[in-house]
Amino acid sequence: MAVNAEFAGRSYPPSGPYAVDAAMLAAFAAAVGSKDPVHTSPDAARAAGYRDVIAPPTFAVTLAQQCDRQLVEDPEAGIDFSRVVHGEQRFVHHRPITAGDAVLGTLTVDSVREAGGHAMVTTRTELATQDGEALCTSTSTIVIRGGE
Amino acid sequence: MGARTLAEAAVGDTIGPRTLTVTREALVAYAAASGDQNPIHQDEAFARSVGLPDVIAHGMWTMGAVGSVVEEWAGDGGRVIEFGTRFTKPVVVPSSGGEVEVSGVVKTVDEDTRRASVELTATSEGVKVLGRCIAVVQLD
Repeated sequence: MAVNAEFAGRSYPPSGPYAVDAAMLAAFAAAVGSKDPVHTSPDAARAAGYRDVIAPPTFAVTLAQQCDRQLVEDPEAGIDFSRVVHGEQRFVHHRPITAGDAVLGTLTVDSVREAGGHAMVTTRTELATQDGEALCTSTSTIVIRGGE
Repeated sequence: MGARTLAEAAVGDTIGPRTLTVTREALVAYAAASGDQNPIHQDEAFARSVGLPDVIAHGMWTMGAVGSVVEEWAGDGGRVIEFGTRFTKPVVVPSSGGEVEVSGVVKTVDEDTRRASVELTATSEGVKVLGRCIAVVQLD
């Protein structure tokens, strides 16, 4: 496989901060068909105990994928993005991402392995506020299809 | 609305089935909201040129749409504290739009942590599009 197996275990410096605002959260909620008012109404969000409107459960991927670019665009990693398919995704939320958060993401390559002629790369992005408050652990496996 | 309580969740409880529609306009909106502008999710000619049957939905659109169904069951989107899946097959979105059937079943309820795990099934055109799709909900 063309993907550099030595990248397993590698961590990148934190990227960001990525500013999260109410308009982004509302647009994401609308795009996935979420009608929960905690994403669009500050009053509903506060009534549910949040400081402001919060992100839908999968919004963190938009931030994690920006962090992932450090790996995908690293020429030494050997990842041909045109052959990449998203294989698996998992989120563990520590507290909801909230409008007004400035988010830093720290990317680690958990594993690089080969299966059936394809390379599978699992990355983990720890999203946290600039003050170090943990927000979400996003774990993603991408499959880089082997050449024909 | 308000979050679902421990008393309102039992192993074997079912969610749905719900039929979600997906249009190409929705994928354009998702591309803008997520930053994933891969043309296979918007451009039919491009999708076919790389061997796909038609435009396909972002895997993350599908996961997000299924997440919306879980949120509704949880009663508060902030209570979906874990959510993971495998992307097994793409959702094909013809110009007339596509559909995703979503259903769920409560697999575990932990009285100590007040957490429920829900296994979701998502199919499109009779084909399973997500595998091992599990959400954990923090109950009230």
